[in-house]
Amino acid sequence: MATGTEPQPKSGTAPGGGVRDGTRAAIAAAHLRTDRWWLAPAATAAGLLAFVVYSTWRAFANADYYQAPYVSPFYSPCLADNCEPMRSGPNWEIFGSWWGLSPALLVLIFPLGFRLTCYYYRKAYYRGFWASPPACAVAEPHKKYTGETRFPLVLQNIHRYFFYAAVPVAGILTYDTVLAFRDEHYEWGHMGLGTLVFLVNIVLIWAYTLSCHSCRHIVGGKLKHFSRHPVRYRMWQWVGKLNARHMLLAWASLVSVALCDLYVYLLASSAFDDPRLF
Amino acid sequence: MSASSYDARFKVWRGDPGGGGLEDFKVEVNEGEVVLDIVHRLQATQVPDLAVRWNCKAGKCGSCSAEINGRPRLMCMTRMSVFERDEVITVTPLRAFPVVRDLVTDVGFNYTKARDVPAFVPPAGVGPGEYRMQQADVDRSQEFRKCIECFLCQDTCHVVRDHEENKGAFAGPRFLMRVAELDMHPLDAAAESGLDRKRAAQEEHGLGYCNITKCCTEVCPEGIKITDNALIPLKERAVDRKYDPLVWLGNKIRRRGE
Amino acid sequence: MSQVERQQWDVVVVGAGGAGLRAAIEAREQGARTAVICKSLFGKAHTVMAEGGIAASMGNVNSGDNWQVHFRDTLRGGKFLNQWRMAELHAREAPDRVWELETWGALFDRTPDGRISQRNFGGHEYPRLAHVGDRTGLELIRTLQQKIVSLQQEDFREFGDYEARLKVFQECTVTRVLKDGDRVSGTFCYDRETGRFFVLEAPGVVLATGGIGKSFKVTSNSWEYTGDGHALALLAGAPLLNMEFVQFHPTGMVWPPSVKGILVTESVRGDGGVLRNSEGKRFMFDYVPDVFKEKYAQSEEEGDRWYEDPDHNRRPPELLPRDEVARAINAEVKAGRGSPHGGVFLDVSTRMPAEVIKRRLPSMYHQFKELADVDITAEAMEVGPTCHYVMGGIAVDSDTAAARRVTGLYAAGEVAGGMHGSNRLGGNSLSDLLVFGRRAGLHAARYAAGLTARPVVDEAQVDTAAAEALRPFSAEGPEDGATPENPYTLHQELQQTMNDLVGIIRREAEMEQALEKLAELRVRARRAGVEGHRQFNPGWHLALDLRNMLLVSECVARAALERTESRGGHTREDHPGMDREWRRANLLCQLADPSGGLAATDPVRGQIDLVRVTTEPIRPDLLALFEKEELVKYLADEELYE
Repeated sequence: MATGTEPQPKSGTAPGGGVRDGTRAAIAAAHLRTDRWWLAPAATAAGLLAFVVYSTWRAFANADYYQAPYVSPFYSPCLADNCEPMRSGPNWEIFGSWWGLSPALLVLIFPLGFRLTCYYYRKAYYRGFWASPPACAVAEPHKKYTGETRFPLVLQNIHRYFFYAAVPVAGILTYDTVLAFRDEHYEWGHMGLGTLVFLVNIVLIWAYTLSCHSCRHIVGGKLKHFSRHPVRYRMWQWVGKLNARHMLLAWASLVSVALCDLYVYLLASSAFDDPRLF
Repeated sequence: MSASSYDARFKVWRGDPGGGGLEDFKVEVNEGEVVLDIVHRLQATQVPDLAVRWNCKAGKCGSCSAEINGRPRLMCMTRMSVFERDEVITVTPLRAFPVVRDLVTDVGFNYTKARDVPAFVPPAGVGPGEYRMQQADVDRSQEFRKCIECFLCQDTCHVVRDHEENKGAFAGPRFLMRVAELDMHPLDAAAESGLDRKRAAQEEHGLGYCNITKCCTEVCPEGIKITDNALIPLKERAVDRKYDPLVWLGNKIRRRGE
Repeated sequence: MSQVERQQWDVVVVGAGGAGLRAAIEAREQGARTAVICKSLFGKAHTVMAEGGIAASMGNVNSGDNWQVHFRDTLRGGKFLNQWRMAELHAREAPDRVWELETWGALFDRTPDGRISQRNFGGHEYPRLAHVGDRTGLELIRTLQQKIVSLQQEDFREFGDYEARLKVFQECTVTRVLKDGDRVSGTFCYDRETGRFFVLEAPGVVLATGGIGKSFKVTSNSWEYTGDGHALALLAGAPLLNMEFVQFHPTGMVWPPSVKGILVTESVRGDGGVLRNSEGKRFMFDYVPDVFKEKYAQSEEEGDRWYEDPDHNRRPPELLPRDEVARAINAEVKAGRGSPHGGVFLDVSTRMPAEVIKRRLPSMYHQFKELADVDITAEAMEVGPTCHYVMGGIAVDSDTAAARRVTGLYAAGEVAGGMHGSNRLGGNSLSDLLVFGRRAGLHAARYAAGLTARPVVDEAQVDTAAAEALRPFSAEGPEDGATPENPYTLHQELQQTMNDLVGIIRREAEMEQALEKLAELRVRARRAGVEGHRQFNPGWHLALDLRNMLLVSECVARAALERTESRGGHTREDHPGMDREWRRANLLCQLADPSGGLAATDPVRGQIDLVRVTTEPIRPDLLALFEKEELVKYLADEELYE
């Protein structure tokens, strides 16, 4: 019985047999989808590419990232000597003066790693850039596939460490947002349009960070008995609700952090003055 | 033919392991019908020997899995009203499994994989009728037990769909979810019996092949969040065992302390 | 012909639903080498369709419950026609069978103190149904399936072969039970995929093939329900019991036409759903029969209070046994107070918040949304009766599940008769599967183990069975050269006949007409022909199943014509009352030609003989569980004063 459960003979098919493997229904087409299945991966790839181009330019620019009281999230905290002086800002010159490149590069490695190993972004770029698969039930172009079993992709498993790093980064950006409640003379109790931009951004950053799958696991997902840990269970449920929107939050926070930086750039390059609310 | 009836154009794959192809049909469609009704009408009126699997016709048994316009679906839950009347509707067998005849495939792969997952281990010293479990503790596994084993997730998963050679190493979403279900079962005593399901998921069942591209979740007719609720948590659990030195160290110390 | 492959097993279980799998588990645990054979894939049996729950008096929700109360409810539901010993065993053993499932990994919904939650259901005095949302059947089948796999894993560790002692032959059909004298010697089977014949030689055969619903047009049953086990038993010489009792579930979908008959679970009513007619009236209050008057609420207010406070109020009449509700719906539609598509309204949307509905009835929500475009949290469902279950079946010994007259033949589940009397309570079928599935497996294994010499498979029987199975390929038209009959057309005509003439309300003239039509179909079915070859050919499979459907349909029609009263799942318009004298009468169907052949018999006389037998009196200690006033409604005078 072919539908029985006898062990199957080791299929002698060459790698890449896939849907055209000799045992499968003889259909030459790689897929028979009639909808616009390519739209989602194409849009994903375009969106990610746009961000990569923008953020690379901004990260290497090493200019126009501070306009009191706002510091671009790409350059915070500032860990080198060559940072612009930011009053009460996160200038911690850990790297001293030998660092000659843009200070953004020291910091961006953490959010970059967090997002690169994020379970949602993995799906997005595996589909969008690597076409593995391009869309569901659409044959992928690769001959071989080993997934995340080998180096380098096995490193995706360190996602939780980037999560640990992402929490202090979000904390620092929160601090920056608090500092944004000053005016350009560092007087407290003021708000500008920039403050609102920073507020929206930090809410989205936190929501994205906390909705992380690793976070969900750590706060409670690893437990066997929720009923014995009511507080962690409540937290798990709460993170779970956020987690269901992880994709949305990933995109929203990506856009907001870029907008936040763009806003500072526009102020710093004097293209535009911050409208003060009070 | 009533006013709301019309003739639809169908392409149905017919053949066997020796070969085959899409055949054209014109067939009557009435209000409220699903693709399986049309396939049955083809059997009754045009091709009595058209092979197709089905059972409950209510989306509960998971027998009538096929690919409709290239998408893995249950024929009994695909309403004709989702298509345009002039659209050609293509029905093929599942393309990840060996074909048997017409729309019927050999799904033995799944039964073999089911047997590779060690069964529930009952806790020692707890007799029948003495099991006490809180609803909160069974919710997660209950979601996975909604699975009707239609194998659409196994069919759509590119790890085996596009790479026949991975079938040996990879259990597929359905059976990785089964491992997750047992690992989250509040009374499963596998650990006490020396079986580490988290480690086995990675080492025996090929969890690492999954690149969480979520097609399994997209096609699940039961709406189970396979990726977010089973596969990713299982990956995180495997990380606890294999890739996280802190957790490893913590467990070591705690065990010493006991 | 003698090159047909043969295999030797101790016990062969036909059917892989709840009863079959439970029987196989038990037989294997008793040490018998056991084969399971089923028409579908493993795990797809009709049991997955069961929604509401498993009835077992665990008393987790209301501690007043116990086996005696469950027994009483079962007998009331069956209008005292039940094989009382089966009902007793069932009520006593059901809790153990449910608890055992937990040790195999089942996850039922829980009570706040962590035990198995239980829900209300029609005809059950207390909340009694262990459940998992509204997909209990799926949980049951999956748990048993996984238990089988775990036994196979044990065997693999011991023998290096998963199938050393327990094997599932999926997508295979049995067409004949083979015999050596009066004893079972094996089964003749074909593999649906290849069309290849094979014989499983075994001294013990357990039939667990389910019901007969596919003989009716509007049914909740799947294609497998073609009465195979009933027919196999008849052909092997075992009689069927009380085949006139067919349960029409009151709530099946009525719209759109392609899903007509699909089940709407009774839990909808158990959890608070109400039935209304086109005038918006909760009509069930007008249909409470005398025997149930004291048990059911008289007003909507009282009925509504019952959900919160069941100890001080009576339950709403929507929760009457299924036969009563089905008849009431039928009467409302007939009186012109039906819904637009010929049903009545079943409403939960005004009774519960949308969130609660989605949590407690997820698959109903899903089913209506996907198949009918109806949001049950916002509008009422349209429902009407659908053929659901046959209470009649193979006459078996209550304790051992052994069929009468054929040694080595056992039956459990829907295919066995007697347990449910004239009407089955919801939830009692899943527990029936487990209790009697286990008993059948146990006794089949013991019988096989106790044999010194195995029965021998007769070559001639194998050849005859092979010839019978191949006949559709060589079907010829009648002399005038007409084309062979299309099996699909014959099946549709059969379904229409049974639906219209032997349906929920029966009349003498119509049933006589049905018997004539069945005779005509039988003659035409001999000419049913198929195209193509033997590999996975549904036309051929249907042509073979027609034999079984025609046999059981004749049993239903003949028995229904004979029983001149109305009781449970048998309603005669010309004999509307329940007759106490009929309570003691069981109708046995047996093959007119005891050799088991199916010659082209006289169309009027048919293939079935009917025998009336008197039942054994109910044991006094069980009778003592009822009030005298209640018993007088059911029992004949001489039974009461014995």
